[in-house]
Order: sequence, then C-alpha cells, then structure tokens
Amino acid sequence: MIKFFLMVNKQGQTRLSRYYEHVEINKRAMLEAEVIKSCLSRSKDECSFVEYKDFKLVYRQYAALFIVVGIDQTENEMAVYELIHNFVEVLDKYFSRVIMFNLDRVHIILDEMVLNGCIVETNRNRILAPLFVLDKVAEG
Amino acid sequence: MPAPIRLRELIRTIRTARTQAEEREMIQKECAAIRSSFREEDNTYRCRNVAKLLYMHMLGYPAHFGQLECLKLIASQKFTDKRIGYLGAMLLLDERQDVHLLMTNCIKNDLNHSTQYVQGLALCTLGCMGSSEMCRDLAGEVEKLLKTSNSYLRKKAALCAVHVIRKVPELMEMFLPATKNLLNEKNHGVLHTSVVLLTEMCERSPDMLAHFRKLVPQLVRILKNLIMSGYSPEHDVSGISDPFLQVRILRLLRILGRNDDDSSEAMNDILAQVATNTETSKNVGNAILYETVLTIMDIKSESGLRVLAINILGRFLLNNDKNIRYVALTSLLKTVQTDHNAVQRHRSTIVDCLKDLDVSIKRRAMELSFALVNGNNVRGMMKELLYFLDSCEPEFKADCASGIFLAAEKYAPSKRWHIDTIMRVLTTAGSYVRDDAVPNLIQLITNSVEMHAYTVQRLYKAILGDYSQQPLVQVASWCIGEYGDLLVSGQCEEEEPIQVTEDEVLDILESVLISNMSASVTRGYALTAIMKLSTRFTCTVNRIKKVVSIYGSSIDVELQQRAVEYNALFKKYDHMRPALLERMPVMEKVTTNGPAEIVQTNGETETAVLETKPPPSGLQPANQANDLLDLLGGSDITPVIPTAPTREPPSAGGELLDLLGDLNLTGIPSITAYNKNGLKIDFTFERSNTNPSVTVITIQASNSTELDMTDFVFQAAVPKTFQLQLLSPSSSVIPAFNSGTITQVIKVLNPQKQQLRMRIKLTYNHKGSAMQDLAEVNNFPPQSWQ
Repeated sequence: MIKFFLMVNKQGQTRLSRYYEHVEINKRAMLEAEVIKSCLSRSKDECSFVEYKDFKLVYRQYAALFIVVGIDQTENEMAVYELIHNFVEVLDKYFSRVIMFNLDRVHIILDEMVLNGCIVETNRNRILAPLFVLDKVAEG
Repeated sequence: MPAPIRLRELIRTIRTARTQAEEREMIQKECAAIRSSFREEDNTYRCRNVAKLLYMHMLGYPAHFGQLECLKLIASQKFTDKRIGYLGAMLLLDERQDVHLLMTNCIKNDLNHSTQYVQGLALCTLGCMGSSEMCRDLAGEVEKLLKTSNSYLRKKAALCAVHVIRKVPELMEMFLPATKNLLNEKNHGVLHTSVVLLTEMCERSPDMLAHFRKLVPQLVRILKNLIMSGYSPEHDVSGISDPFLQVRILRLLRILGRNDDDSSEAMNDILAQVATNTETSKNVGNAILYETVLTIMDIKSESGLRVLAINILGRFLLNNDKNIRYVALTSLLKTVQTDHNAVQRHRSTIVDCLKDLDVSIKRRAMELSFALVNGNNVRGMMKELLYFLDSCEPEFKADCASGIFLAAEKYAPSKRWHIDTIMRVLTTAGSYVRDDAVPNLIQLITNSVEMHAYTVQRLYKAILGDYSQQPLVQVASWCIGEYGDLLVSGQCEEEEPIQVTEDEVLDILESVLISNMSASVTRGYALTAIMKLSTRFTCTVNRIKKVVSIYGSSIDVELQQRAVEYNALFKKYDHMRPALLERMPVMEKVTTNGPAEIVQTNGETETAVLETKPPPSGLQPANQANDLLDLLGGSDITPVIPTAPTREPPSAGGELLDLLGDLNLTGIPSITAYNKNGLKIDFTFERSNTNPSVTVITIQASNSTELDMTDFVFQAAVPKTFQLQLLSPSSSVIPAFNSGTITQVIKVLNPQKQQLRMRIKLTYNHKGSAMQDLAEVNNFPPQSWQ
C-alpha cells in the first residue's frame, strides 16, 4: 500500500503532498524534512530505494524536483518506480506550462491514478478524460 | 469587495516571499480575506477560496475553518464546486472529525447522480476516507455500481469496495456475487482493480481463498494474453504490455497458489514463460521478473522452476543497475531460509556487495552475509565481515558487531580463533559494541580455561595504547583483575610472552581510573580489578591499599562504596580477603537472552553476603497457624502430606490448615507472611502447569484495627537467582475491621528450584501517620518452589 506521495524541490520545499494513511499535521513537516534529507544526500549512482523507519521510500529526480513515494513491505518497489514515471508523463501531457501553479489539477490527476493507496488507472487518456470535461465546464 | 485572487496568483505571491515571516504574513492576510468571504456566504468564489485554503493547508497552516465550506461545496450543483469540495473533504477531513458524517447524505445522492464523473467523485471520496458508519450505510450503493457496465465507474467501485471491506469486514459476503464476472472485462483499469479486490478478499478470509482458487485458469489466460499479444499502444510501457496489471496478477497468483498443489501446478507453465520471455534490459521487465521470482518462491513450485528463479536473482546481482541489485538482495534474504544451498552459490557476489558505496545495498548485503555463514565458510566470511566492520558507517557498526559475535559463537572452529575475532571486534569497533555483549564475552573468556594467559596478554597490549573504548576497557580490566598473575609471570604459550611488571599493570589500571574518558561503570571495573590483584600480586600490595583508600572519598557514590568496602576488607577482614577474591569458577552457560545469571564484578561481594547469612531456620515469627498449634498442644505433629519432608513448624502449620479443611485446591498450603500492628498479609500459592519454574503467589492484606489503612504499597525483593513480577494491586485502601482485603498477584520465576525467600517492604498511612516496615518471609512451603 502506498502511504504517501510527495513532490519536493531541491531546497526542501514541499510542492505537493498526499497522505493515504493518517499522519498528524504537526508530524507531517518533520516527516517531509527527514525524507527529503535522506533523498537529497544520495548520489546519482545509488539506488532509488531507501529504508526509512518502517517503510521504504522510492524516489526519482526530475531536474530540480524530487518525487518521493512511501510504501510498505507488500508493494513491489520497481512497479512503484514505474508508477512515478507514468505520473510524470501524464503531467507532461496535460500541463503545457509550469505545473505548480495549478495545484488542484495535479491533485485531481493523482486522484485518478491512485485511490486509497492502490493504483487505479495507468492509461494516460483515461486519466485525463475527466479533466478535459472539467476544463470545458469551467470555461463554459 | 474585490474578487478574491485566484490560486495561481496566491502561489506566485507566496513564492516571492524571502523569509518565513514574510510568508506567514501573506498567508495570514489571505486567510483573513477568505474567512470574511466565507462569512458572507459568497457562492461564486467559494470554490476558489477553498482551493487556496488547501494550498495553505499543505504548507502547514491551520485550515479547519474550511471544513464546513467543503461540505457546502459538495452540496452545490456545479461540477467545479463539487470537485473542489470533495478534494477538500479528502484532504481536510477524516474520521476523527464529526463533520464528516454530514457528508453521508451528499455522497449517497451523488452515487446515484446522472453524470458518471460525479459518481466517480463520490466513489473516490468514500473510498479514501469513509468511516465505518458511512461504509455500512453506503455499501449497497457501492455494490450496485460494481455491477454496472460503465468501466469508469466499475474500477472505482472496486477500490471503494476494498475500503469498505477493510473498515467493515462483515460486509465482505455482500460483494461476492458481484465479483463473478469481474474478470471477464476487457478494460484494463477494471481488471486491475478487480484483481486488487480479489486479493483483499483472499487475504482476509480463508473461505474466500478456497472459493477463488477456481479462478486460477482464468487469471493464467489473462496473463498469457498480455505477454503474447503484440504491441498495444494503450497499455504499452517500454515495449511491455501493461506491466502494472501483470505484477498484480502475479501477486494474486502467489496468494492463491500458496500451500495448494493443484493451483501451483496450473501456474507453473505461465511462470516459466514469464520468467524466460521478459525483456530484462529495462526496469519494467525487471519489475515483472522480480514479482515472478517472489511468486515462484512462495508457491509449491517444482524444483526446476525454483532453480530458475534463483538464477534470475543471481543475474540481477551482477547487473549494473543499483535498483536491481538492491531488489535481488532483498529477495535472496527472503529465500535464504528455504533454499539455503542455492543461495550459497552466489555467496561471493553477495560478499562483493559489502564493498558497494550505496548504504541500502550494504545493509542488505550485511544481513544476507550473516544468514549465509556456516561451519564451512566461517573463516573466510569472518575475514570479509571484519574488514567491513573496519570501513563501514557508524550506523552499521553496532549491528555488525553483534552479528559477528553471534556467528562466532555458533561456528567458531577453535577457541583461539574465537578469542582473536572478539579481540579484533573490540579493538576496531569497541565503542559501538552493545552493552550486553560485555558480560557474554567475560563468560566466554572464563570458559576457555587454557586461553586465559593468551587472552589477558592480548587485552593488556590492546589497552596499553588506547583506553577510550569502554567495552574493550571493561573486558580488559576484568581479565587483568582475574588473571593478572598469569600476565606477570609470562606464561603464555600461544604467542611470545611479554615482560610485564606488577607496577606496569597497576599503572594502566590507575590511568583508566583517573582518565576523563572512562565511564563510571568502567571505573568500577578497574577498581575491583585492582582490588583482586592484591591477592594475586606479591610486591605491590601496599600500593593497592593506597589506591583503594584514596577512592574512599570519591564523589562518585558507587566508587566510594566499593573503595570503603575494600578498605574494610584490608583492615578488619584481612583473613577473609584471599577467600573472597579468589579466582572465579567457570560460569554456567546460559542462552544469550536468558536472565542475567552472570554477575558482574561487584556481584562478588553480594554473593558472599548471601552465602554468609545463616540458612533460614525453622523458627519463624509467630503466625496464626503456630498459635493454633500451641493451643492444640504440641508442635511435632507427624506430617500428613506424604510428599513433604519432615520439617519445622511452617509445613506443620500448613498441614494443620489442611486438617482444618483444605483451603486451597492446589494442595500447596498458604502462609501468613506478615502479621503486625493489625496488618496481616497471607500468601496463597499456585504452580503453573506450563512452566514448572513459575510460582504464582496471591497476597491478601487485611486490617484488623478500627481505622482504615490508606496508600498501601507492597514491595518485594528476592535473591539474585530469582525473578519477580508484581502485578497491580486491587486497590490501595485496606478497610478496617477486616471488612475487606487488598489482593495482589506476584509471579516468581525460579529456574534453579532454590528455596524461595523474600524480603517485603510495606508502606501505608494509618491513624494519620505514615508507617513503614521491612520483613523477611522465610516460611514458604516446599511445594511452592520445588
């Protein structure tokens, strides 16, 4: 099960955070800081899986952005690695401009892909279909 | 009032803030604006405001005032409102807030909405944060949607069902009929989520597991189609068709095939096919292979398949990609118990991984190496592991040291090798060794009698140079104290004996005592060692006396106590000194986690104290049974219970109680442990059937005076060979006139079956003053501890 999904930049600022298991608000900041510290300190040729407390972190770096997913022991780490890449491709297709100014849309995309810690849909077109509808309604 | 700004402008503004304070200021201003807008019940911009609120919530600022607004948005008719409303609900609300129950009705309506996207929203939200009440109410709707033909809804309904089952396991039966033709779908999204649903049901209930076993052929067919079908643009990821679905199906097959021969047989072919046909050049292929290997190892596969799996893992180990090597090491760790020999073949590669730069890989390699050590390869493996201990990060050293000790204990080819290894660990990672290792090591050294001279010589050389590593210094001090005579006499056979004078030895021990680096415990060891040397050394006794008397005024209370006691030994009990300080006997071997039978050096004086006490005589403080005995005139009633040996009053008292009509069914007589000032404490005994060394004592405290006793605390202590566990008492007030009692349970572990003795301490308040008393209980009946 996926425990949380984070997008963090190199300076350690959280750009997106989604928790599928309840974590207290005040503990979140600390969790995010620790997670980022362990990911940032790793070099290019180290593997993308880090063990942190009782779950594993799978992370991938895209330019200045780190995407970190926390999973428990039952998940296949490499499948989650692929999921991250899938997610980035979907974002790429939808957003022509810089992602971060449309945070709500990113959340919606994430919702279409992952529900309650499980993967729902991985096909790009099917994920983006409701979003196009939403856009049309918003314009109209 | 101007229109509130859009989310993206807010984000832009916040990004320009240079300091935390500036950011906080901006946020507070915006929060105030949002709050006033909410108060005005502004419908048009509510959506925008909540979106901004969610962003601020993510940054860590409080946003609870937006919860009700989310509900209002959900209730609105516009899709854009609903969207943000549900998102807000998922992020801001959870079961702990009462507000979420208000959503139930909205969700119910939306589940039956005409637009599929709205229905999808409702399913998503329910599936993420529905509480058990909500799930119970809405399970019927979810089940209906599970049967619909709309694939968009079906896939979401499946995952929502998973959540419902997790929250309310009793409802699992309800979803059973709907699962019948879930696997007939063509849509991969539905297939994927259906497999998840089936997996969840199988994991929760063995009946479901048995029921779904018949789906194995269908799953195998689906998997086959995925592999054999050509390029399909819809699901392709780097040349492989829908790897996510493949991985999920493999996992479900694993659960279905576990412990079941027929299903495992049905899967054999497809697993072999996947294992051989999948492309390994990309990460995707490797992900599938990884899952396949895990499945093969878990089900009852034939041996050829298992060998194939381990070979795949071996290939992974040689791959350049770190991720794959990590994954391979993890899986090998899981399989090393069952397929030990196969994994041994890859031992050299695994040991090479110890030298990798990556921390995660090193940790895995270390764990796996420890699992692979056996009698044949222990020398080679130890060399590698010791080298690793030298060069690894501090976070590994403690675990590595403990692992080496365990492995050395199990497989040491010779005592000398064992001691050498321990020495090496102590000198390289001395400060990281765990505290419990020190007594274990001491015991080990005592037991290898012929190596004493060699050991003490090496330890002496080790701390000559550097005495900052506490565990090393502790072990060394203890050994020097015990075997100092061997050191000075130059008797070592194993290696070149060194010339050491008594003064040099005392020099080093004194420097340990003085040094700032030594912990208090270490100093204790050193002082006791110096003391022991007074009987083993001949010409430096005066020096030792001087040192010991100096520490009689040390600030450290522990040191001071020791020094004073040793001083007393010199002055008043000099005749007893040699006997007390003589060589320790070989200690009994205990399991590494057993109760600490090994006494530390300061235990010497304690055991002496216990032994010098006269054995408990039969003359016990008067108890009621004895009084009764006296009334009946005569204290030598022949024992009635055939098992009890002839003993003094305590057992006779017990027999009398039996004569009076057995008070306890287990046959162990109860005793009165204490009876003074109106407070009486009775002990009743029970022996555990499962563990013959455990005695359960129930104490009952009663009060015959005319005033209550309050704040009653019962404490007990037992000699070192026992272990005691006190459970909580029934209350802390003993009512007057024997109108009630306090009961408390004590569990005593007595592995050596020694005579039970107990010292009790009672504190309570009575008649306005605090009372305290100490007593010894020695009249335990033999049946309670034999």
